Amino acid sequence: MMKTGAEILCESLIKEGVEVIFGFPGGVLLPLYDTLPRYPELRHILVRHEQGAAHAADAYARVTGKIGVCLATSGPGATNLVTGIANAYLDCVPLLAITGQVPTNFIGKDAFQEIDITGITIPITKFNHLVTDIEDLAMLIKEAIYVAKTGKPGPVLLDIPRDVFQGKTEFVYPDKIDLPGFKPKLFGHPSQIKKAADLINTAERPVIIAGHGVNIATAYLELKELAEKSQVPVVTTFLGIGCFPESHVLSYGWLGMHGMGYANKAIHSSDLVIAIGMRFDDRATGLVASFAPNAQIIHIDVDPAEIGKNLPVDVPIVGDVKNVLQVLNKQIVKREHIIWLSQLDEWRAMHPATEIRDHENVLPQYIIRQIHEATRGDAIIVTGVGQAQMWAAQYFFYDKPNSFISSGGLGTMGFELPGAIGAKVGAPNETVWCIAGDGGFQMTVQELATMVQEDLDINIAVFNNGYLGMVRQWQELIYNKRYFGTQLYNPDFVKIAEAYGIKGVRVSKKIDVRPAIEKSMAHKGPFLIEFVVEPEENVYPFVPPGKMLVEFLELPKPATSLKK
Amino acid sequence: MIRKHILIALVQDRPGVLNRIASTIRRRNFNIDSIAVGRIEVPHLSRMTIVVEGDDAKVEQVRKQLDKIIEVIRISDITNDNPVAREMAMIKVKASPSTRSEIIQITDIFRGNIVDVSPDSLIIVVTGNQDKIDTMIELLRGFGIRELSRTGTIALPRGGAGPLTIEEDKPLRHAVEHVPPEDEDLPNW
Repeated sequence: MMKTGAEILCESLIKEGVEVIFGFPGGVLLPLYDTLPRYPELRHILVRHEQGAAHAADAYARVTGKIGVCLATSGPGATNLVTGIANAYLDCVPLLAITGQVPTNFIGKDAFQEIDITGITIPITKFNHLVTDIEDLAMLIKEAIYVAKTGKPGPVLLDIPRDVFQGKTEFVYPDKIDLPGFKPKLFGHPSQIKKAADLINTAERPVIIAGHGVNIATAYLELKELAEKSQVPVVTTFLGIGCFPESHVLSYGWLGMHGMGYANKAIHSSDLVIAIGMRFDDRATGLVASFAPNAQIIHIDVDPAEIGKNLPVDVPIVGDVKNVLQVLNKQIVKREHIIWLSQLDEWRAMHPATEIRDHENVLPQYIIRQIHEATRGDAIIVTGVGQAQMWAAQYFFYDKPNSFISSGGLGTMGFELPGAIGAKVGAPNETVWCIAGDGGFQMTVQELATMVQEDLDINIAVFNNGYLGMVRQWQELIYNKRYFGTQLYNPDFVKIAEAYGIKGVRVSKKIDVRPAIEKSMAHKGPFLIEFVVEPEENVYPFVPPGKMLVEFLELPKPATSLKK
Repeated sequence: MIRKHILIALVQDRPGVLNRIASTIRRRNFNIDSIAVGRIEVPHLSRMTIVVEGDDAKVEQVRKQLDKIIEVIRISDITNDNPVAREMAMIKVKASPSTRSEIIQITDIFRGNIVDVSPDSLIIVVTGNQDKIDTMIELLRGFGIRELSRTGTIALPRGGAGPLTIEEDKPLRHAVEHVPPEDEDLPNW
């Protein structure tokens, strides 16, 4: 049957199992927006800025494991997606960005709202294409989605001119693709796996570093089996949080710049690092030359270009983490590491990274812990970037995979609000908390309107400390307290919420924290709490840039007593 | 060790391929010495020869990154395989009746060809490895070079099947047979 390009797009997306599109219309998208209502299977969520569409689709993909789809018009619509696409690229999130383009006969003429978005997004997509012929449309959609989801996931972009939406052709959705150059290696090399097993079976002080790849490959059970069978302590990366239950006896927090001191010490003293689905990011390794100086390193990753990129590796295994662990686990013998684990426990007691000190004012850490207790840990936490993000990672304990959604690689302020929208749409039965700093919140504040329009039951916590806190912290600790460009003159956040039709409260006393949290969760629909917090609170532990992981700074010992 | 590397690649003929490749190399802050592209015997495929100067390990990093580009079917660093590498140059040299015979002699020594003669200049075509062409240009510089165009290096590995050879019994096709599961239920701890 003859179909228009717009119909082909809708039907192809439905065939690929897409249910939600986060989008914002525009001139060249009109033929598509005229067609979308005829496909009620595709829920269109109107955002207020295209960056929000990309972030929401990104978080939706992380929560559901499906591909996230965002839609923007040509020109400024397309360029507004760029931050969101880059965010998905660095955090390996399967994302399909669809942009409208001016009609093919106008391309290259600087027409109104014309921009070369495929050129712009070359460095931040796995695959992108300007669709110049309607005959190619169905195949390109199939290829794009396949590439986005397969191997190391990532964003893809299709740029579709208006006349391609309007054109007509016979629609047959292809069932096969032919991409001879796409060659992800999904199964590890048997002899490398054997070598890894031998090392694990003989190591005295092994540590697993579990990264986002475990989440992506849904290899939770395999990871758990490996850790339990060989009694290896598990440290996660920042984005790996949740891939191994933090309440597990073998869980030793997460590593890196603001990771737990005992996690960093464990890695530094280990004789074997088993790195699973992670990429030795500079925020994770500290001074890379002295990362795990006495350890041999096994690196399991699906992306061959990650092997040996940041540090030399003894046993590289390229393959899907789940497949590799399934084979590896069969060759692992039961071990005990009583001395090593008790050493780690001793360090944990010495460096209690997740305790909260007594303070008369509202400490952000206290709020996070209260949210953890109120939700009993059963919630999806979505954060932007900065201090609030770090506290949310440290003081909430994550036992469920994909329950911590955060912008890790790109570090995008403003991810939190649209991210929470994507998470709630993807997991409507979960409690969603958006943890925002006063800086990041204002970068995408307009998405409050999206929440109201879609009536999304999202709990928003805004930490108002009157500063761009993380930058202020660096200015304090590294630039001798010369604060500049970090002080915020903030609006009344509760009134802002009200203006959007969202209920909100302001909390500035400790005693009001928990009731406000309970009230927010009891409320149906979006609810905002502005927490007026201790303004110059710092995130600890802190490995200053250029230092080794074990050279972390801790909270200066106060006179007041420690209280759990 | 920093030295010149010769990378050869088989790529799909799709718009933007050259752009993606150049952009990936540029991101690593390598200078591209030369890049030569042309169609091959199989339809819809092109072959590229890329010459970059850099540290061995870093070039290997870039090669892996290039290999990830969807349109890149195969890519190989053949620097250590002693490949046959040639380039071609066209040189337009000032030539007066008094200098013409000397220029012709130099051309002969380098086994070049004179493809155009005009009253005051000659166009010489010469092929060879980079050193040979550099030397010839140096020798001709004294006469006055009016225009110069070089193709950049193209290279083939010696011996039988090379890394890019397409075997007739093994046609190129999509290599992945396995698709990860999509909606696997999350486990209950």
